[in-house]
Amino acid sequence: MSEAAEGGVRLPESLRGVEPVQSVRTPIRLEYDYRPSASAESYLRAYGEKRIIGHRSPVDGAVFIPPRGVDPRHGVAISEEVDLPDTGHVGNFCVTHLPIPGRKGLEVPYVSAWIHLDGAAVGFLGLVSGCPSDEVRIGMRVRAVWKPDDELGTTAENIRHWEPTGEPDVPLERAGNQSFHAGRGDEAGA
Amino acid sequence: MKPVREVAVVSTAVHQVPALTGTTEVQLMVPLLNAARDAVGLTQADIGFTCSGSSDFLAGQAFSFVQTLDAVGAFPPISESHVEMDGAFALYEAWVKLQAGEVDTALVFSYGKSSPGSLRDVLALQLDPYFLAPLWPPADAVAAIQARLLLEAGKVSGEELAEIAVRSQRNAVGNPNAVRSSPDVAVEDVMAEVPIADPLRPSDLAVESDGGCAIVLAAGDRARQLCGRPAWIRGIDHRIDAHGLGTRDLSRAPSAELAASVAAATADLAIGSLDIAELHSPTTSQEAILIRGLGLGASTEVNPSGGALAANTLMAAGLVRIAEAARRIIDDGADRALAHATSGPCLQQNLVCLMTGV
Amino acid sequence: MAKQRTAVLGVGQTKYQSTRGDVSMAGLVREAALRALVDAGLEWSDVDAVVIGKAPDFFEGVMMPELYLADALGCVGKPILRVHTAGSVGGSTALVAASLVQGGVHRRVLTIGFEKQSESNATWALSLPQPFSVSINAGAGGYFSPIIRRYMARSGAPDLIGCMVAFKDRQHALRNPYAHLHQHDLTFDQVVEAPMLWDPIRYSETCPSSDGACAMVLGDEAAGDAAAGPVAWVHGAAMRSEANNFPGRDEVNPQASRDCAADVFRQAGISDPRSEIDVVEMYVPFSWYEPMWLESIGFAERDAGWRMVEEGATHLDGGDLPVNCSGGVLSSNPIGASGMIRFAEAALQVRGMAGDHQVEGARRAFGHAYGGGAQYFAMWVVGADRP
Repeated sequence: MSEAAEGGVRLPESLRGVEPVQSVRTPIRLEYDYRPSASAESYLRAYGEKRIIGHRSPVDGAVFIPPRGVDPRHGVAISEEVDLPDTGHVGNFCVTHLPIPGRKGLEVPYVSAWIHLDGAAVGFLGLVSGCPSDEVRIGMRVRAVWKPDDELGTTAENIRHWEPTGEPDVPLERAGNQSFHAGRGDEAGA
Repeated sequence: MKPVREVAVVSTAVHQVPALTGTTEVQLMVPLLNAARDAVGLTQADIGFTCSGSSDFLAGQAFSFVQTLDAVGAFPPISESHVEMDGAFALYEAWVKLQAGEVDTALVFSYGKSSPGSLRDVLALQLDPYFLAPLWPPADAVAAIQARLLLEAGKVSGEELAEIAVRSQRNAVGNPNAVRSSPDVAVEDVMAEVPIADPLRPSDLAVESDGGCAIVLAAGDRARQLCGRPAWIRGIDHRIDAHGLGTRDLSRAPSAELAASVAAATADLAIGSLDIAELHSPTTSQEAILIRGLGLGASTEVNPSGGALAANTLMAAGLVRIAEAARRIIDDGADRALAHATSGPCLQQNLVCLMTGV
Repeated sequence: MAKQRTAVLGVGQTKYQSTRGDVSMAGLVREAALRALVDAGLEWSDVDAVVIGKAPDFFEGVMMPELYLADALGCVGKPILRVHTAGSVGGSTALVAASLVQGGVHRRVLTIGFEKQSESNATWALSLPQPFSVSINAGAGGYFSPIIRRYMARSGAPDLIGCMVAFKDRQHALRNPYAHLHQHDLTFDQVVEAPMLWDPIRYSETCPSSDGACAMVLGDEAAGDAAAGPVAWVHGAAMRSEANNFPGRDEVNPQASRDCAADVFRQAGISDPRSEIDVVEMYVPFSWYEPMWLESIGFAERDAGWRMVEEGATHLDGGDLPVNCSGGVLSSNPIGASGMIRFAEAALQVRGMAGDHQVEGARRAFGHAYGGGAQYFAMWVVGADRP
């Protein structure tokens, strides 16, 4: 027992003097061929037309983005699509000083933020630019900056980033996920 | 040991298709979870414990099960756990939780969507990472080594394997969750197939499928309230064998034999006297090993659903066996049923669940 | 239908370090398991079942590695379960093992959590390209930094509270021979001056990436009574999960966390956690989570957790509620084991076996783990006295 417990290895006689193998390298490659779900397909196709769509919950009207076909509070299927504006507020954010593995053309530091669109009940991730990173605030109003029309694809990357609108901030206590209250209609304090 | 509490399957929901396109795992599970709960009039708030099984390697994504929690409706927060195993083992964990007596109901589910990747390659990564996995043996080739041992030892004939394949395809007719069925396939048809991994022919290998399964468990009087004829779990046990394919007798599945004998002793049931058995056998040769090893009697109907050969949803196929066996007790009046789940290469790990209608 | 009493009979840990190149995965888990058995005074044949946990399989590139590890864990012919509940997995794994004893199914269960991050590439594993979504966050820090920012904004905590936690845990780690980071010459100024990675999270306020395993042997009442040495009795144990992103979610202080703590304290008969718990091992992968969890669990009022840090209440020397005397996740982070280390260290404290980081006279300890987007929680209270 003590031998293994101390991490020691006792080689058989026949292996005395043989150079020990310290490690083996076994590359793994697996390929996956993903198809978008019907809801993801609608969402991505809408981006191609500079539209943003969400899913409205049948329970209380809360709008979820990206649309994933379910209200996670209730495990209820959602299929009703609604158009959302390309304006909202920063619910919260991170100033990152590290590059993202495999992502090119992103200067550090960059600001990733939970963007709460006007009329949406939850935030989704986006980059904030157009102002110094130390001026980004929780509650700051932002609008989408789209790629030029001739560069649009069926991808969320059609929105280059979000920039400040200059409107007054949403107060801290109403910013982010706290901004939705069932039945109040336009939630985000716009 | 003798279970402290009586626990039963009170509802089941299954969905399996050749490949799920246009549907995420979350969207797959929402209707199944709701169907299983609705069948006994429960909402998630009535569920005492929730447990699921799935695999990141199928999804191609780390922490893939975190997203699937959205399908459950996990707010207010739930008492919940997850195993990186077939859902049959999630059911075992839930059964244990019910034994401790703090909760009376449990929701169990599992799912697998293997169609985006190559399952026979993915499964190679289950093997010893230093000595075997680097060789990338496809799963059917590993199973073929076992089948050949079985044939060479004279423990089974090629015709017997073909008969198992034919039984599966015929039984699967009418099962909406089977993806391979045929009312008139014959032994000669199977024997005439070109082997994929000699000696295994296409009909000897389970058909891959995507899908999911949800089950509600309840204890004692709660089960009797919720269901007219609950499928009572009288014995459940699981065991594992050594991993190295060269270190065990591949023509047997000692862990399946042991799990069955422990479950049978607990249940006070004779395995030879069962009405039906749903076996999770990824190949006909493995089904032959199980039939003999578990000690099934001649009067036991094996895989009335077609079994895993007719649709093998990795991570769910074992739980689907429990659901199929339980459904025959709940809906069809069967009295005594066995359900089996397996995991790992060549029947390495096995679970046996014995259920009765009374 | 009473639950069976359950005790921690033995604990085994490996040295945590960035690369354990001297052992295979099997060697790593066996080392911890053997030490737990020796501590419990038991043999492999005394173990009825094994429950193993680890974080995503992609971290080592082995699918369901418990299949391959069954031999090394003396498991052939026995039951083995494999748990995976994101970062809380080490805690959840211990709780599943405990439920096997509580449910009367087994008498003695070996439970183990491990990670051998050096065998693959965790950054790769966590940034596998996902279709149909834009990759915007680099690592877990990018996810948790906004939550910390919101906590700072709403609590009014001074900026350097996180640095105080990081410095304290690294000091504690010097008293734990198993800890990964032993930074003998570290100064508080160095912690403060470390580069920002995910503002407001500094490099010095993050956890390392470690190889390692932690194991426990749990037993029923008879096994606890038969133990030669001191055991830790389970007084309360619970898990809770909640969805990731929904309207009204309090991501700083998730309801799943509050519910889980309340359940554990109810089971343990504890009404004033601050005075009734002697020592805490909580899952703090980023320093600011110490004050956040102090509030969420109920050791401090809302928005006041940082005051405990500032006052030194959580320091091993002189604090009334020492937190992470082992050095915590900030000093050792074999992800799949990190939660179990918290549970095991809590047990060591009430057994009086925590060595140089022992809290004098500890009778009741709190073990804690969380995971996902602060969605999965596992907690237990262990005590020196039979419940």
